[in-house]
Amino acid sequence: MELLSKAESAFSGKIVESHTHHDNATIVLERADLIEVLTRLRDDPEFALNMLVDLSAVDFFGQEPRFEVVYHLYSLRLNHRLRVKVRVAEDEAWLPSVTALWKAANWLEREVWDMFGVSFRDHPKLTRILMYEEFQGHPLRKDYPVAKRQPLVEERDPIANPWNKK
Amino acid sequence: MAQEAPPAAESLDPTSEVMSLQMGPSHPATHGTIKFDLTLDGEKILNLETEIGYLHRGFEKMCEQRTWNHVVPYTDRLNYASPLINNVAFALAAEKLLEIEVPERCQYIRTIMSEISRITDHMTCLGMAAAEAGAISVGFYMMETRELLYDLVSAVTGARLTVSYARVGGVTQDVPHGFAERVRDTFGDIDKILSDCDQLLSKNRIFIERMSGVGAISQQDAVSYSLTGPLLRATGIPHDIRRSQPYLVYDRLDFDIPTGTQGDNYDRFAVRFEELRQSKRMIEQALEQLPEGPIRVDDPRISLPDKKDVYGNIEGLMNHFKLVIEGVKIPPGEVYIPVEGANGELGFYLVSDGSGRPYRVRVRPPCFFGMAALGTMLKGHLISDIITTFGMVNMIGGECDR
Repeated sequence: MELLSKAESAFSGKIVESHTHHDNATIVLERADLIEVLTRLRDDPEFALNMLVDLSAVDFFGQEPRFEVVYHLYSLRLNHRLRVKVRVAEDEAWLPSVTALWKAANWLEREVWDMFGVSFRDHPKLTRILMYEEFQGHPLRKDYPVAKRQPLVEERDPIANPWNKK
Repeated sequence: MAQEAPPAAESLDPTSEVMSLQMGPSHPATHGTIKFDLTLDGEKILNLETEIGYLHRGFEKMCEQRTWNHVVPYTDRLNYASPLINNVAFALAAEKLLEIEVPERCQYIRTIMSEISRITDHMTCLGMAAAEAGAISVGFYMMETRELLYDLVSAVTGARLTVSYARVGGVTQDVPHGFAERVRDTFGDIDKILSDCDQLLSKNRIFIERMSGVGAISQQDAVSYSLTGPLLRATGIPHDIRRSQPYLVYDRLDFDIPTGTQGDNYDRFAVRFEELRQSKRMIEQALEQLPEGPIRVDDPRISLPDKKDVYGNIEGLMNHFKLVIEGVKIPPGEVYIPVEGANGELGFYLVSDGSGRPYRVRVRPPCFFGMAALGTMLKGHLISDIITTFGMVNMIGGECDR
């Protein structure tokens, strides 16, 4: 609670929404303020949130804006946690990359891109990480069918057309 | 007949130019479909890019299709070496969303089982890493101790690996009669084997030279890569969620947090070895304090009934049916709960929309971050150091790419 009020006073006007449900302090930001606020949260000794514990997204399909990208921060020195969220619309599904702030963001942002299709500008190598490059679509989107199959190579019947015969 | 001139000596020298080499995706020492894209100068690693492969089972997508309790067996498969910790972490997160607390006996049982799981996980990691570095006897000894502990796990849960023991609101069943004595007997056997392993490795020159000074990472890089667990503690940061943000009954137990100084493979090994002893200490204390009482919350909207009620009376049968088909109704909201997994911080970020199914289940997998840092750890070392460093990151495929 204390952390949240500190954040609210430090970033007044930049916080769209905030709450402490289930003891998890949370602030929601605009995309334009993300880098500035995260940098200050990391470097300001009052917050000292030096670890990007996790980065993921949630697809609120049917709502506007559709995606919520969630950053979980932790301070090793002050032992507190803060959740930072940014909402992005489907047709504008991008955020600035935080790879310059935390090295861990590199793989995490690739995963969010792979699974949700939210891209990150200025990421050094934004490629898929869990699925293969030829994969179509983003599997954790709510409108991606659960049972959809995407074979990488053409399927063939090994009895009618054995591997050792052309 | 004129003979062809032999090629110039420098073109035969394999170290004269930088070589690209792909290690994997099914190398025997990389358990899983890991591929390393290496840039080598002779045997020296100039650059290492890791691809974690395409084992992806879609854990998070599957969880959205099932009820809350149906997710528990999936969490087992995240980490076959310590499935109970995954079970417990998921249950704790769901319970936090429900704003309930499980009975004290259940909290103790969960703590004991989590620590047993931590020991089996460290045994798997240390044993396999030692075997990969050539100390095959230690590998066998560690597997033997792990088997002794799996006997305890199967006595409690009915299974060795796919335990599915935790439930939202409690655990499936109580520990069997005489469990505490059985644990103490097993620990007696384990102590001897562990001291053998200690003697075989800790002062073994070959082992030390393969581990010491290899794969080191600085504190600053470790934090930037969000390393947690033994990898972070080996760099000298005594961060342990069991101490910093205690859950279950860890605040009632006395234990030390071992740390290293160099952040290299030997420190990681030593930290894990000491943690085996600390976990045993914790289990012994928890068994002493274990109170009598129920093992799940007394609320038919949350807890599955006893099997004797399911088969014995219509209320129990209906209760069971409703909970299995419709699931526990968890109020809308979001929560992130971290626990100290054997490899580091294991977190569950859950979003509920109020139906019987999770809207979103996100796992924060500890070894994913270690794999991302592997390139930094190994730059400047030799190809053979990949094996020991990879072993000490303790990657578990199910958890890494879920």
